[in-house]
Amino acid sequence: MLSQEAQKQIDREVAKYPADQKQSAVMSALRIAQVEKGWLAPETIAAVADYLGMAPIAVYEVASFYNMYDLSPVGRFKLTVCTNLPCALSGGVHAADYLKHKLGIGFNETTPDGKFTLKEGECMGACGDAPAMLVNNHRLCGWMTPDQIDKLLAELE
Amino acid sequence: MLQLEIDGKQIEVPEGSTVMDAARQIGTFIPHFCYHKKLSIAASCRMCLVQVEKAPKPMPACATPVTNGMKVMTRSEVAVKAQKDVMEFLLINHPLDCPICDQGGECQLQDLSVGYGGMASRYQEEKRVVVNKNLGPLVSTDMTRCIHCTRCVRFTAEIGGFQEMGQAFRNEHAEIMPFIESTVDTELSGNIIDLCPVGALTSKPFRFSARAWEMSRRKSVSPHDGLGSNLVVQTKLDRVKRVLPLENEDVNECWLSDKDRFSYEGLTAEDRITRPMIKEGGQWREVDWHTALEFAAKAVKGAAAEHGAASLGALASPHSTLEELYLLQKLVRGLGCDNVDFRLRQSDFSADGKRMGVPWLGMKIAQIPKLDRVLVVGSFLRKDHPLLALRLRQAARKGTQVSVIHPTRDALFMPLAARAVVAPDQMVGTLAQVAQALAGIKGVALDASVPAVTVGDEAKKMAESLASGANGAVFLGNLAQQHACASTLHFLAEEISRVGGLTLGFLGEAANSVGGYLAGALPAVDGLNAARMLAEPRKAYVVLGAEPELDCADGAQALAAMEAAQAVIVLSPFKGRATEYASVILPVAPFTETSGTFVNTEGRVQSFNAVVRPLDETRPGWKVLRVLGNLLGHSGFDYDSSEAVRHDLLGESAEVSSKLSNGLSRIAVTLKPAAAGLQRVADVPIHFADSLVRRAESLQKTKDARPPMAAMNAATLAGLGLSAGDKVKVKQGAGVAVLSAALDDTIAAGCVRVSAAHPTTCGLGAGEITVERV
Ligand code: SF4
Ligand code: FES
Ligand code: FES
Repeated sequence: MLSQEAQKQIDREVAKYPADQKQSAVMSALRIAQVEKGWLAPETIAAVADYLGMAPIAVYEVASFYNMYDLSPVGRFKLTVCTNLPCALSGGVHAADYLKHKLGIGFNETTPDGKFTLKEGECMGACGDAPAMLVNNHRLCGWMTPDQIDKLLAELE
Repeated sequence: MLQLEIDGKQIEVPEGSTVMDAARQIGTFIPHFCYHKKLSIAASCRMCLVQVEKAPKPMPACATPVTNGMKVMTRSEVAVKAQKDVMEFLLINHPLDCPICDQGGECQLQDLSVGYGGMASRYQEEKRVVVNKNLGPLVSTDMTRCIHCTRCVRFTAEIGGFQEMGQAFRNEHAEIMPFIESTVDTELSGNIIDLCPVGALTSKPFRFSARAWEMSRRKSVSPHDGLGSNLVVQTKLDRVKRVLPLENEDVNECWLSDKDRFSYEGLTAEDRITRPMIKEGGQWREVDWHTALEFAAKAVKGAAAEHGAASLGALASPHSTLEELYLLQKLVRGLGCDNVDFRLRQSDFSADGKRMGVPWLGMKIAQIPKLDRVLVVGSFLRKDHPLLALRLRQAARKGTQVSVIHPTRDALFMPLAARAVVAPDQMVGTLAQVAQALAGIKGVALDASVPAVTVGDEAKKMAESLASGANGAVFLGNLAQQHACASTLHFLAEEISRVGGLTLGFLGEAANSVGGYLAGALPAVDGLNAARMLAEPRKAYVVLGAEPELDCADGAQALAAMEAAQAVIVLSPFKGRATEYASVILPVAPFTETSGTFVNTEGRVQSFNAVVRPLDETRPGWKVLRVLGNLLGHSGFDYDSSEAVRHDLLGESAEVSSKLSNGLSRIAVTLKPAAAGLQRVADVPIHFADSLVRRAESLQKTKDARPPMAAMNAATLAGLGLSAGDKVKVKQGAGVAVLSAALDDTIAAGCVRVSAAHPTTCGLGAGEITVERV
């Protein structure tokens, strides 16, 4: 289910913990699996569970708790807009509204061409740069005023 | 010890106690939901908030450790205010429609809201709605009612051993659920119904069929495995509505297996027979009791007169009551016949006459958790003994080293010190290896009859584990007891116990596995045992509570013997296939409709009363046997109660411990080379094991009740040129069964697992087995 490469990466994470506590690597394992598969399908979660010797529901608890894990397929670019309080006070909601308007989709929706998915996010620890946004979980963007958003969208091809 | 004061009362508690523990010790009730004495502490519901002197805010009693000199107030203004506030929060999202909730009347939230809830809700906004989950045929859900106490989650993870439930999502969106598309499937899942403090998890078979306050609660004892779980049977209008655990720390604690809990559905099975029937001129007809009993007596007497008393045979289910078993053997012996047996699934009887007492657990059930080393030989532990497995699991998780010798690598959900997955015929050799290794370590000589063997790694590990403990035990499971070399296994296990200073125990297969021996329901002098009674067919049989084709070791042979007999007297609550071979069927009461006794595997004599009146014309078995005894002209059959029967057998004190012993005089051990052909691993699936559970509708829909397949590991499958899913013809003895082949890598090489006790496989005989594509 998981590729050799993914398994190798997971093994590296597992090695950081005592031998009888493999499950400590569950968050990393889910991240690795998601990067490989694009999202966390039930069978992917079950595969991670199997690999770490955990009950599938125990892995699902983790996968469903953190909103950077995707439990359904997402577009090529997943844009996560922070709507927590500091961002909300500094234009976060507007940024989200602007994106919704531009892309013609709401939160948790994907554009028909499968290019963009819009998500609501929790504090990214970048409140000083509000409004903050994440692209595909790994790229953090600050000061996302409408013209910055336009620039970002133009650049995502 | 720590001193503290709760509501002005001084108490002393051991170090490490929580405020909740202390309060329970003096009988002070602190409201709670998530706390449960058998589960870990979650402290998630906050209902147990109490005031603690010098603490800045109320503290959760279940999670607050006692400190010396602590002063706790559980009913102070601060405490009660906190409790009321928590209750208001809990009720925000909880539906306030108790009249349509199945838990109504026995709901902890309902009860506590009477004490701590407001008269009206201040919350006017929309309530949360949660989609129900399909947890399978036993547990029904109403997830909107869930208060997220996580008791169900902790039960599956900590007690069941495999986390089947979890709390997914977060915050307002948190939901208690199984994994996507999964159900709860362990043999203990029904316990989450009892644990759920609200109506989120309720019994599916019982759903909406009665209210808690309309039912009477009667005590009883489970008729299934050797544990004898204590039951509360709830009845309404002379019908059993539901079965719940009766707490008994020494036996079932507060748990029940699903079999104990849901088998009552079988009581009203379609083929329940409620009037005596006789077959005359090939036609079945209902008759009154008198006619039926006369008919039965005449048939037995006739056969005895014509062919001699030894032409009779009596087979009893080990799930029969002690009184029934006692009267049955007395009845047969009164005719001068010694052919009686209750050990229907056993195939090796060579220990008869060499046993020093009644085989039993060898200790009290409650002592199992105190063992530090355990070797389990030949047991489908979880399925055969769900609650003993639970005890062993708790022990293993606390450090007890458990080793297993068995032909399948079943998931036991406990850490194992060593495990040998070997074909049935290699179990003897493996056990001999353990014996030899252990004797070597201990420097004690083995009995001369044990041949020298080469000790393998796994056996060595087992011996080392056993040798390093202070309080160890060897247990022989159902498979070991039904094994073709059962007495050799017994003898070797005894040798291991002797050289290792361990306790030897038998895991009792059925409710009266000990009781049958005490009752003398087995040949005493020259009689035939269960296997020989079928191999050397008798002219007439008396069958008590058993379905020979499903309950005997060789089902095909049993059926043939029944069909060939000139008379078969069946005493059973169910018709089954008896109409095909019986001459008279006497409807006797199942355990709920008769008084009786089960002696469990630890030798605990547990008597019980009927919880409902016998259905229609049904009569308690002991009464039927009493009348039969009288009709046959036997003396000593005028008991006026089942207690009188028990007294006659066990005496006033019902003291049996002096009769229990697992000792065995020497048996010559011969080691067989590995068989060339395929070997059958015949498990008796949990929900097919006796006539009552076989008919329990909801249990029959569980995964444990899936029809048998011919399961093999990859190599064995490939060796036969088969792949999973192929239709195969399985031949054993004179029987044939068409099954589908399945891949199962938990099975020892060279073996095929074909479950017994099922209509599709009961035609198979014994001995060599072949599997080929159809
Ligand atoms: S379903 Fe019942 S037992 Fe499970 S968390 Fe909810 S309220 Fe507690
Ligand atoms: S609130 Fe948006 S990054 Fe912290
Ligand atoms: S019982 Fe203490 S927090 Fe739930």
